[in-house]
Amino acid sequence: MLSPQSLALIDQEVAKYPPEHKQSAVMSALRIAQIELGWLSRDTIEFVANYLAMPAIAAYEVATFYNMYDLAPVGRNKVTLCTNLPCQLQGADKIAQHLQAKLGIGFGETTADGRYTLKEGECMGTCGHGPLCLHNNHKMHTQLTTESVDKLLDEMK
Amino acid sequence: MSLNVPNHKVCSWTQDYDQPASLATYTAHGGYEALRKILAEKTPAEDIIAQVKTSALRGRGGAGFPTGLKWSFMPRGYAGDKYVVCNTDEGEPGTFKDRDILLYNPHQLIEGMLIAGYTLGAKAGYNYIHGEIFEQYESWQQALEEARAAGFLGKNILGSGWDFDLFAHHGYGAYICGEETALLESIEGKKGQPRFKPPFPASFGLYGKPTTINNTETLASIPWIMRFGGQAFLELGKPNNGGSKLFSVSGHVNKPGNYEVRLGTPFAELLEMAGGVRAGHSLKAVIPGGSSAPVLPADVMMACTLDFDSIAKAGSMLGSGAVIVMDDSVCMVKALERLSYFYFEESCGQCTPCREGTGWLYRIVHRIEHGQGRPEDLDELLRIGRNIGGNTICALGEAAVGPVASFVKHFRQEFEYHIENKRCMVGH
Amino acid sequence: MPLIEIDGQQLEVAAGSTVMDAAQRAGIYIPHFCYHKKLSIAANCRMCLVEVEKAPKPLPACATPVTDGMKVSTRSAKAITAQKGVMEFLLINHPLDCPICDQGGECQLQDLAVGYGGSASKYQEPKRVVKDKDLGPLIATDMTRCIHCSRCVRFGQEIAGLMELGMPGRGEHTEVMPFLETQVSHELSGNVIDLCPVGALTSKPFRFSARPWELSRRRSVSPHDGLGANLALHVMNNRVLRATPVDNEAVNECWLADRDRFSYQALTAEDRLTRPMVREGDRWIEVDWQKALAQAAGALKVIRDTHGAEAIGFLASPHQTVEEHYLFAKLAQGLGCENLDHRLDQADCSALPGAPWLGMPVAELDGLDRVLLIGSTLRKEQPLIAQRLRQAVKRGAQLNVVHAVDDDLLCKVTHKLITRPSGLARALAEIARALAEAGRDLGSVAAAVAGIAVSDEARAIAASLLSGERKAVLLGAVARQHPHRVDLHRLAEAIAGASGATLGVLVDSADAVGAAAVGCLPGPRGLGAAAMVAQPRKAYVLLGIEPYLDAHDVAAMRRALESSELVITLSAFKGAAQHYAQVILPVVPFAETDGAFVNMEGRVQNFRAAVKPAGESRPAWKVLRVLGNLLGLEGFAFDTAEAVRQAALPDGEASVRARLDNRAPVGELLLQAAVDGLERLGETPIYQGDMLARRAPALQATRDSEHAKLCWARGDLIQRLGLVEGQPVRIVQEGGESVMKLGRDDRLADGVVRVAGSHPLSSKLGPRYDAARLEKM
Repeated sequence: MLSPQSLALIDQEVAKYPPEHKQSAVMSALRIAQIELGWLSRDTIEFVANYLAMPAIAAYEVATFYNMYDLAPVGRNKVTLCTNLPCQLQGADKIAQHLQAKLGIGFGETTADGRYTLKEGECMGTCGHGPLCLHNNHKMHTQLTTESVDKLLDEMK
Repeated sequence: MSLNVPNHKVCSWTQDYDQPASLATYTAHGGYEALRKILAEKTPAEDIIAQVKTSALRGRGGAGFPTGLKWSFMPRGYAGDKYVVCNTDEGEPGTFKDRDILLYNPHQLIEGMLIAGYTLGAKAGYNYIHGEIFEQYESWQQALEEARAAGFLGKNILGSGWDFDLFAHHGYGAYICGEETALLESIEGKKGQPRFKPPFPASFGLYGKPTTINNTETLASIPWIMRFGGQAFLELGKPNNGGSKLFSVSGHVNKPGNYEVRLGTPFAELLEMAGGVRAGHSLKAVIPGGSSAPVLPADVMMACTLDFDSIAKAGSMLGSGAVIVMDDSVCMVKALERLSYFYFEESCGQCTPCREGTGWLYRIVHRIEHGQGRPEDLDELLRIGRNIGGNTICALGEAAVGPVASFVKHFRQEFEYHIENKRCMVGH
Repeated sequence: MPLIEIDGQQLEVAAGSTVMDAAQRAGIYIPHFCYHKKLSIAANCRMCLVEVEKAPKPLPACATPVTDGMKVSTRSAKAITAQKGVMEFLLINHPLDCPICDQGGECQLQDLAVGYGGSASKYQEPKRVVKDKDLGPLIATDMTRCIHCSRCVRFGQEIAGLMELGMPGRGEHTEVMPFLETQVSHELSGNVIDLCPVGALTSKPFRFSARPWELSRRRSVSPHDGLGANLALHVMNNRVLRATPVDNEAVNECWLADRDRFSYQALTAEDRLTRPMVREGDRWIEVDWQKALAQAAGALKVIRDTHGAEAIGFLASPHQTVEEHYLFAKLAQGLGCENLDHRLDQADCSALPGAPWLGMPVAELDGLDRVLLIGSTLRKEQPLIAQRLRQAVKRGAQLNVVHAVDDDLLCKVTHKLITRPSGLARALAEIARALAEAGRDLGSVAAAVAGIAVSDEARAIAASLLSGERKAVLLGAVARQHPHRVDLHRLAEAIAGASGATLGVLVDSADAVGAAAVGCLPGPRGLGAAAMVAQPRKAYVLLGIEPYLDAHDVAAMRRALESSELVITLSAFKGAAQHYAQVILPVVPFAETDGAFVNMEGRVQNFRAAVKPAGESRPAWKVLRVLGNLLGLEGFAFDTAEAVRQAALPDGEASVRARLDNRAPVGELLLQAAVDGLERLGETPIYQGDMLARRAPALQATRDSEHAKLCWARGDLIQRLGLVEGQPVRIVQEGGESVMKLGRDDRLADGVVRVAGSHPLSSKLGPRYDAARLEKM
């Protein structure tokens, strides 16, 4: 199910916690699995649960509780735009409209070519630099303008 | 500016140097000296706690609980493992100060956690980092490796015979994990649902073991306090409000960003540091302590000083020091709609009033914003809010109600206009 | 002890109790949903908010510890406002479908809404709709009704030991569900039906069949394992429509196993016998009772008079009532026949000094510190005993296991010896030897185990048993059915004696203790069940028996019955009776008769008929009474079941206690060599142990029942034999063969083939624990 590299990364996470608390690594393990496979399928979640000796339903609870996990396939580039109040005050609405118009999709949708998925995000703890977005969960782009968004989208293959 | 010369920049001083995050920069300016001294002198835990109490350091995460007092709750003679946990799950809209500590001053946090671990007799420490700032999660882990390589972490730290280790744990998109017991659940690999208290974490914390949880800025302030003494820290601020504090200024200002100022500084000064409101606009309202804090109208806010007591007196709270500035272009209904959506979206769903009530609040505000408000809606919002507030397991219930109640209280005519005219007073 | 005041009432309560505990002590009801006395505190429903003096906010009574001098108001304006506020929130997204909800009439939400809800909803927004979940054949769902109290989830985690249900999602999108594409399969799963305070989880077999207020509740006792769970049978129009638990802390607490809960379905099974039948040549004709009884009595007399009473064999099911066991024994004895037994599934029926029993009260299991469990497929034999031991382990008990399969007991097993069935005695001998090496006295087995080499794990089990205070060595059904039963018993006795543990038998049928106590056992010169099969009799009288399922060696049983001249069967169900019987006398199951079962701790639990007998069927005790009279025997003049019981157990439970005895038969250990080659593990599956369970469609649709249809082997064995998992395989034993689908179970001991006993698919096979071969089809 997962590559030796991913399993090694999960093992590193497991090592952070007391041996009887492997479950503590489930958030990292799901993240690592998602990075390798693109999204979290039922079987992936079950695999991770078994790997950490925890009930599958408990792993599924985690996967559905934290909103950076993708439980359905997403585009190659997931763009999560924060639209919360500070970002909104700093122009996130305009960026949201621009993104949706440019990609022809709404929040929660993926372009037909599978290149982009657009998501609306909650506070990312970087409000002073808004408007901002996350690219594939881990790379943040700040102080967005319509021009910088255009450039960004072009760079995303 | 350093940990060799006292200055009001407790946590942000490294930004005055090139490579602010490096171990070299930190150690070149007094970093890890407090730890060295404690380990060399085997400073008794009581002495350290006494210094922290003297400093009047209050939790920087939002609740403002006295840190020294919190530390004194940890059981002393406990035979099993104990833990120190740092809360960097910074997701309260408006707050972005802890991110900068990870980014620019990671070692001061590490040193602070080490001193806390030593003082509280902990076996290990975990730093829970907001999922969306994953780059800072990775960079802080690198800082840990640097510290480990330099002998500050692991077995026999600095030859003292003391073992302690630190780890980073990342969130993955759940505001509620900023609540300390939800955070513990999350570290345990579960849904981040707050625990009811009692028992408190000091007796039943991570893995059921005694645990102390402090905010990032709180822990990062500890090395400063141990270098220069609790009294010096207290004197940075004012009585009962010791120290300086990072304020995250966002919204309608010219220079949004973090500003570290002494507690007790007039709000007007902070506003000026942040470049003031945009040209051609006037200040309308300020949320002074993160989105959960009640909003204050401009005139009230301009009369406040930045400390826990002054803002509480004005009817809001200093919270995490997140100052959201709104100028006269803001539609308060729309602003509240976004905040109400946030609490609805982020309610963990565990307890009834919050699970059911936050959705109810949001749907009513949403209707008003979209021209379908009814005259009875405003009183209904307040009534529902009263049934949520105080009746939930954690503070998210109150956090969701705070904005609703204060927006309606201070800007009621704007809401009434919306209901009556099915459009916005501000011209959106 | 803190002194507190609740609603003006002063009381002293134990330190560490909650306000909820204290209120219950004071007889004050505080409304609640998530709180349950057997589950951890969740404090999530918030319905139990009360006002506590000096507390700024209302506090949940369930989670608030009492402190000295605390003043609580459960009905002050502040408390009532909070409670009503919570009720309003609970109702805004709850459907108004009470008229079509099975929970209606026994719904906590409905009841409390009357007291705390408004008459009209102020909620004007769209209501939530939640997709229903398929939880399998036992539990129906209507998830829109769920109020998220999490009782069902906590039950799985804390009581069942298996988290099958969870609450994925967040906020108002949180939903109770099993993991994707799975159902619930735990043997205690039905308890969530009782735990659910609303109509989200209801009984699937009962669905839409009646309203609670139309049902009359009749107390009864579960007729399956030796626990005797206390039941209420819910009856409408002389039909049992469901079974629910009756609280009894000493027995079943507030739980039922699914077997206890759903087996009532069998009461109306298609093959239920309602009229007596006799064979005339190749034809079966229905006759009246008089004729049937006369024919039965006449035929028996003929056999006795021509071949002697020893030509007859009397076999009773251990699931009959104690009165029936008593009269059955009396009938045999009256005829001068000593061939009498209730242990048809045993390979070895040698005599014991008394009635084997648990050796302690059931409730003491929870408090054990050290347990050695021998030859027990515990969860399936004793679902609720497994639950009690799980609680003991949670409190720190060390559970050690000697068995032929490493089944997941859903709790920590400290040490285990997993070995083939014929190696079990050897494993015990090692433990015994380790105790001897630790200086303990093994008594009569000392010499026999002197040369045994001790493995590390056996030594660890011995060490475990040498520590701790309250200890038990428990023998399970596999140990009882096993041909080495006496050796296992002797070794268990020696281990218990040497380690200061109590020896207990996990009695696995409803009245096995009663049957033994009233002498439904071979007489001094009589044959036990195994011998009656091995040495066929001319005639058999069967009570509640399905011989081709119940026998230890079904192949031999077939030969015995086929060679007999007369089989009289007293049975509630037809089954295969027409193949072997000459006279069929329809008797009733437990729900249709007065009677009592004696449970594994020697507790005599009476019950009354909940419904009238089906058709012309009669309680077996009445049929036996008439048979006795027709045969001219003394002492059959009973008018009531109570009168029979009075004769059977003149001193009530004291009469039982006088017979309870767990000593092993006196004699030498044999320590036979292990079987060569593959060996069958032929336990009785959870839903095949008695006539009722076998006929409950819901139970037969469970995963446990599906698993019982497979022949299980370890992956390495499957590979070695060139077999394919999921394909049919031929199982060959001396005397018979069967074809079953092959399943893989790596928890089995080396060389073991798990092929269920008491199962239609294995009903042509030989002994349950004996050599077997697997052949490619």
